This record gives sequence, structure tokens and C-alpha cells, in this order.
Amino acid sequence: MSESEPRSSNDAAKPKSTEIATEQTASIGSAHTGSRASRTIGIAALVAVGLLAAFGLWISPPEVSQADAARLMYVHLPSIATMYLMFFITLVGSIIYLRNGSRFWDLLAGAAAEIGVVFNGLTLFSGAIWGKPTWGAYWTWDPRVTSTTVMFVMYIGYLAVRRLELPPEARSRRAAVLGILSFLNVIVVHYSVKWWRGLHQGQTIGIDTKLDGLMLTSLMIGFVAFALTGAWLLMHRFRIEWLQSQIGEVGLDQALAERRAEAAGYNPSDSVGGLA
Amino acid sequence: MLRDMWLITVKDIRIELASRVVAAQILPFGLLVLILFGMAISPDLAVVGPERRSVLEEIAPGLFWITVLLSSLMALGRSFAVESADGNLDAILMAGMDPAGVFLGKAGAVLAQMIAVEIVLGFGAFVVFGAPIDDPGLLAATVALATCSIALAGTLYASVGAGLRSRDTLVPLLALPVLAPVLLAATMATRDALFTDATVAGWPWAMLLAVFALLYLGVGMIAFGPLMEET
Repeated sequence: MSESEPRSSNDAAKPKSTEIATEQTASIGSAHTGSRASRTIGIAALVAVGLLAAFGLWISPPEVSQADAARLMYVHLPSIATMYLMFFITLVGSIIYLRNGSRFWDLLAGAAAEIGVVFNGLTLFSGAIWGKPTWGAYWTWDPRVTSTTVMFVMYIGYLAVRRLELPPEARSRRAAVLGILSFLNVIVVHYSVKWWRGLHQGQTIGIDTKLDGLMLTSLMIGFVAFALTGAWLLMHRFRIEWLQSQIGEVGLDQALAERRAEAAGYNPSDSVGGLA
Repeated sequence: MLRDMWLITVKDIRIELASRVVAAQILPFGLLVLILFGMAISPDLAVVGPERRSVLEEIAPGLFWITVLLSSLMALGRSFAVESADGNLDAILMAGMDPAGVFLGKAGAVLAQMIAVEIVLGFGAFVVFGAPIDDPGLLAATVALATCSIALAGTLYASVGAGLRSRDTLVPLLALPVLAPVLLAATMATRDALFTDATVAGWPWAMLLAVFALLYLGVGMIAFGPLMEET
């Protein structure tokens, strides 16, 4: 989806503001959230997820020390990567929005944060069910587990700001400032927690750096499958946000047009002093 | 900018002196939390170790800073509640005051009020938790730096909720994750300041607080203007 597309349709909607609503609905483009690009990515994501299931569950061999539990790696690591990718898009979108006020980047930042929170939740969940067989507990005070959880709450806060009862401009600006600060905070929280745990005992159970060829292939398929799924969700989520922001404008135009139509048949005796 | 800061700080402290919300509501709340911690965590549980401290004494640093954080959330809410009437904040900014100065002024007033609250809460914690004080210098530095961190970062995040009906529920959600490193560092440094046998080195944690405060000093001065525009 290019940046120019929503903008041009936005401009196209304005001159028609006095016309009736059906024409305006047509002017904001398709009312669906899908497009040829999103369908292509959606099908590719489905294929990749199917491949991931085949490789992750059957084709790749069990790991030496963790046996079948290591297969969670194919889900856990890709969800982390997709989460960071989404939060990075939020950061970039927020910076660009503050620079030029582009609604495209504002909405993209918000949509990406939402998808990022979903993958953040998946990261914590898959990490917990992986931690039980390998670490012996769903939760540990590992620096990464702790800081990822704080990050989860932080971006939920960001999403709360996007729903504030403010004028759209002010809300977007506050959200954009927060979108940048959140990324900064993730770094501060991560290092402070790491330092904290470093003083006690490091729970350093990482993934073996040497991965068997098939395992590496499975992991790569996982990254691709999750990235495609994230992109597909992002496109639809963005499109919903975009249509919602249009409803506000079109709704106002429609109400104005209706009032004008009423005014055409205006009768002072039954007016209760509405918009004229 | 410094003049604007001074004006705002003095204004907020005058409001407090006239209304006594911090002294008569937030401070008693903090003292109550200290007592409730004692009730929730039995004072009779002894910790096994050379010092045989009670559990309450052992975790007193963390309990104290949690209490400070909760009290500061109320003080931060109050700081922007006094501006919510008649679009006060808009008026201040439209009057040509420097946003960075306004930010520093609001943070300065919160800092002054929280230091006062912490001194009283500190005595309270000293009495009810019975922890000793090993290094008063480190303790004073920790309190000063942690309170600066809370006031600066807290004021920035409280301003996001300025003038909103959902302010009271939003600000804790936004501020607490950000203040988590402050809680961590302040608790570790306080442990070292209180206990002679503490296994942590306090000064590096105090330095982390200083870095955090400086970071939010800069970030707040830059970000406050854009945050407050067109509200």
C-alpha cells in the first residue's frame, strides 16, 4: 500500500463534500480491507505456516538436550522477531508523523503497535510453555522475560493513548511522542533488569548456536511465516483504521448534506432550531 | 526558561499550601500503605541468616519505594488536575511561556512535594519496619536522585493524560512501566545504604538513577511542547 494512495483518495473526498453519501463512500476507495496484495501475502503466509508445521513438527529432528520441546523455538523466535519488527514500524511511523503530519504513518504506527502487542503476547505465551519443560517453571526472573513483560504493558499503554477522547490531531501527536519514547524505554528497562539479574545469578539458557541444517531451515521458515502473517495482519488492521478515520469525515459531510437537504424544504413553523 | 520554571513551581507550591492535598491526603495515604504492608507481610517472620532480620526489615527498601511510587502517582495526578479547569495549561502556553520551562516547573513542584512526603514516610518506615541506616550519604543521594527521576519521567507521562476524563486510570498504566528501572535502582541502592552486610554495591545504582534523571530531563524538555500542542 503506497503512501500516496490514501492521501489522494482523501483529497478526492473533499470537493464532493456536499454530494450525497453513496458517492462519497465510493470516493474513499474499496470498503473492504483486502486487496490483491494482501490476498497474495495472505496465501503466501498460509503456505509458509503449513510448511512451518510440516518442518517444525515432523521433518526437523528432535534436539539433543531438549528433545521435542526445542521445537517451540520455531514459534518463539519468529514471534520475537515479528514483535520487534512491528514496534520498529511504530517507532518509524511516529517519527515520520511528527515530522510531516502524515496520516498514513500515524495510522500505520498504531496498527503496527497493535499487531506488535499480539506477537508480544505470543512471545510471552510460547516462552512460558517452553520454559516449563526446560527451565522447570513458566516464569523466571530472566532479564529478557522480565523486560519483555514490561514492554507488553508499555505498548498496551500506547494503545490506550490511541483511544483517548481527544481531537484526532492532538491524540495522534501524543501517541507519536509515546511511540518514540516506548522504544527508548524498552532499552532502558532491558539494561536495568539485565544489570539487576547479573548481580545475582545469570539464567543463561540460550539456544545452541550450532543448529542442524534441517533445524535451521525450519527456523528460517518460521521467520518467513511469522513475518508474512504479521504483514498480512498489519495491512488489514491499517485498512480498518483508515476506513474508520474516513467514516468520521464522511459522516460529518453526510450530516451536513442532510441538513442542507432539510433546509431546502425549510418550514419555520416546525423548526426546533437545528443546524441550518 | 528558568524564570518560567520558577513561576510554575512557585505557583504549584502555593496551590498546595492553600489546598493541603499532598499534606492532608497523599501523605496519610502513604503512611497507611506502610502499615498495610506490615499487616500483609507478618512482622513475626524471621529471615534465616547471620543478622536474623525479620522479613519486613529485609524487604523494607522495596516496600518503601513501592509506597513512594504509589504516592507519587497521586501527586502527579494532582499536578495536572489543578490545571484541568478552564484549559489552564493551554492558557499558560498561549501566554508565551516556554514549554520546557513549564515542564521543569511542574516537575520541580512535584519534586519538592515528594521530597517532603518521602522524609515523613522515611521516618515512618524507619519506625514500623525497624531497618537500620548504615550509609546516610548514599541514602540521601538515592532519595534525591530517585525523586528527580520520578518527578521528571512522571511529569512527562502524566502530561499525556492532561485534561482527560480517563486521566486517573491512564497515568498509572503509562508511568509505572517506565518507572520500573527507578524502583529497581532505588531499592538496590537503599539496600546498600541500610544494611552493613548488603551484597549489592549501592553507588553504581545511584549513578543509574542519575543517568535516568538526566535522560528524562532532556527528553521531557524536548517532548513536552509537542505533547501539549493543540490540546
